[in-house]
Amino acid sequence: MKFVDEFREPEVIRRTAAEIRALADPTRVYRLMEVCGGHTHAIYRFGLKDLLPPNIELIHGPGCPVCVLPMGRIDDGLAMTEQGEVTLTAFGDMMRVPGTKGSPLQRKAQGMDVRIVYSPMDALKLAIGNPHKHVIFFAIGFETTAPSTAFTLLRARSLGVGNFSVFCNHVTIIPAIRAILDSPDMRLDGFIGPGHVSTVIGCRPYEWIAKDEHKPIVVSGFEPLDILQAIVMVLQQLRRGEARVENQYRRVVPWDGNIPALRAMAEVFELRPFFEWRGMGFISQSALRLRGEFAQWDAERRFDAPGIRVTDPKAAQCGEVLKGVLTPAQCKLFGNECTPERPVGALMVSSEGSCAAYFNYEHRKLAAAAAGSRAAL
Amino acid sequence: MATTTLSPRRVRFKDAHIEMAHGAGGTASRRLVEGLIVPLLGGLDAGGRTLDDAALVAVNGQNIAITTDSFVVRPLRFPGGSIGELAVNGTVNDLAVSGAKAVALVATFVIEAGLPTSVLEGEVAAMADAAARAGVTIVGGDTKVVEHGKADGLYITTTGIGSPMQNATLHARRVRTGDRVIVSGPIGDHGITILLARGDLDLEADLRSDTRSVLPFVEALVAAAGPGVRWMRDPTRGGVATSLNELARDTGLCVDISEESVPVNDAVRGACELLGLDPLHIANEGQVIAIVASDAAESAVQAMRAVPGGEHATIVGVIREQPAAAVMATTRYGATRIIDMLVGDPLPRIC
Amino acid sequence: MCLAIPGKVVEVFADDPPSATVEVAGVRRRVELGLLGENGAAIGDWVLIHVGFAMSKISEADAVEQMRMLAALGEDEAAIEEIRGYGSAGQ
Repeated sequence: MKFVDEFREPEVIRRTAAEIRALADPTRVYRLMEVCGGHTHAIYRFGLKDLLPPNIELIHGPGCPVCVLPMGRIDDGLAMTEQGEVTLTAFGDMMRVPGTKGSPLQRKAQGMDVRIVYSPMDALKLAIGNPHKHVIFFAIGFETTAPSTAFTLLRARSLGVGNFSVFCNHVTIIPAIRAILDSPDMRLDGFIGPGHVSTVIGCRPYEWIAKDEHKPIVVSGFEPLDILQAIVMVLQQLRRGEARVENQYRRVVPWDGNIPALRAMAEVFELRPFFEWRGMGFISQSALRLRGEFAQWDAERRFDAPGIRVTDPKAAQCGEVLKGVLTPAQCKLFGNECTPERPVGALMVSSEGSCAAYFNYEHRKLAAAAAGSRAAL
Repeated sequence: MATTTLSPRRVRFKDAHIEMAHGAGGTASRRLVEGLIVPLLGGLDAGGRTLDDAALVAVNGQNIAITTDSFVVRPLRFPGGSIGELAVNGTVNDLAVSGAKAVALVATFVIEAGLPTSVLEGEVAAMADAAARAGVTIVGGDTKVVEHGKADGLYITTTGIGSPMQNATLHARRVRTGDRVIVSGPIGDHGITILLARGDLDLEADLRSDTRSVLPFVEALVAAAGPGVRWMRDPTRGGVATSLNELARDTGLCVDISEESVPVNDAVRGACELLGLDPLHIANEGQVIAIVASDAAESAVQAMRAVPGGEHATIVGVIREQPAAAVMATTRYGATRIIDMLVGDPLPRIC
Repeated sequence: MCLAIPGKVVEVFADDPPSATVEVAGVRRRVELGLLGENGAAIGDWVLIHVGFAMSKISEADAVEQMRMLAALGEDEAAIEEIRGYGSAGQ
């Protein structure tokens, strides 16, 4: 696969890993946050932690739109689907996320019309092809995905589709990063910046991190070589005492972002004054909703939703794990009450959530090794 | 179907309802079988006479292998085959990887009222054809018709009996460290073909299901390696990852796979990258995983490559001590990660 | 939010909104080009696909440059040659 295989080349990876070991000052510990859930997933999938020296800690940030979605919002989406001949469409990521009365997949098993779509346009096509049903698209995602939802809504409007609406749960990345940096427990040396969000918003929105917070941030792609190269670039900055925004993912990310995508978003969405992020509380100006002109395609305006705030069990420490204050293993419920099979928090349900990724890749390895060494005694 | 072997840990099934995940072949399925069904059926013969994919029953002093499987697939027809072929090959294969040559099948049809007769005809013809190719006879069966709206058109269950091969003793207990893991060919073809055939994702590719009888692979393996063949499985629902995890669990050993040596067709790889899926978790219907002693592994692979369809047979891994009871994949750069069973069906993702 | 894959444009549909058939390792899907702006995409272009939309065109030059920078960490002619080969082979 072109533009994929080259960036997984073993020899270059080994060399880049060696460069990282050479750059890392053995007398200090580096705490680098990779904001995006996709980076979390890639790091575990390719076993990149094994290639890093032990004094580089990769901390997983809150860039997992499924993980930060409050349970109450899932309840709302499901409640809307109960009101008449409604079909709920959503990305596969959403299907197993539990609401208080079950996940979309569980409700589907009980007879609710819930379908997985790969694209919001597929949901619109479904509505066009089934005029007797109303199709709700459960929109999630950061700025990477919001333009596609916006584009779909513009299309729905131009075609005058009356049986389609969007339940908008898009969130924005900058307020999340601010919340991390505002957190008193957090000590970070630098950031591996979200690569695909940046194809839309560009690299300028991160400048305050370098200027005001004095931390390097390198926007990174998702192949092993991208992530390793980004780490090299962060270490090089730290070595020189620099704090700049850099673009490692130049082959894809334009510095100024994607203007047509930003325009579509601006036409369709406005910022909510505040929005609840699971595990992080209310953050102002951090989420999108449909503008008034799009009211008839706004599921929140067309349908009733309980709008009940559901708090996580006190023992679940999703918030601290999301902010990188705790590692997944440090949460009291991890591995016992909360497992991928029986998730308590969303970080365990989403495959890119830190807890699920940690459980599936690292924890089992450590547990198996521990069991093995006990057996060997 | 996997009938489980020795399971020292007591699993309890506490779910109030049966859900889709319980049928997906992963951890939830295992809990259902081990925690609810097996205990109620009186447990399995812990004397180790049970086979994994088939059970061994003595009738008048002669051992007969028996297994059953039900087939639920949507759509009923797909590139490379249909439910009828799956129903025959699936049961023949469960017997084959248990070291038994299928002799006869019985088939049950649960038919949704309203199903066009031509569809049923097509499936029965497909079964007759598959049975002839597999060298097995369908000797009986049953039909039931259920109301419209149930049965997704057609469900087929087949039960097969077979005679154990003389020189095949297959059991997880026989697996040793140093044994090699062999795969008969490219993985993921069937599952991705089905996913694409459903049409929900609007993807197109030149892919076909790999459904076929794997008895020729098994016979070649056993002829070449004899007692060196320790254990085999046909990695259906849940994929290679699930079968290997069952082995790791049953043996307490580590199955160490070299990721880059696992054969995967380009289109399967492309679809998995697009949808965020892992080929190791995707169903196959015409492949065999075999654990073979290290000194017999090379000749086993050569023998399989001589079988039509087995041209890409290859050694993909090795059995180790540590980490215990785990399946580990070693990436091309020496990094390792644990490959777990999935909870339910693999779902496409966008994040 | 993050799963986006490079694919090659093999067919372009000039309707409104514009779309294309994009191929990833032999798998084909119809993809919206509306987020690419007026210039859109042409057959042979490589684009980054996310949820059925082309998000960005992929710059071969930048990819080659990246590999060159990485090679500067050591010698890796082979990887560079591979990328160079794409341009001439018109893959």
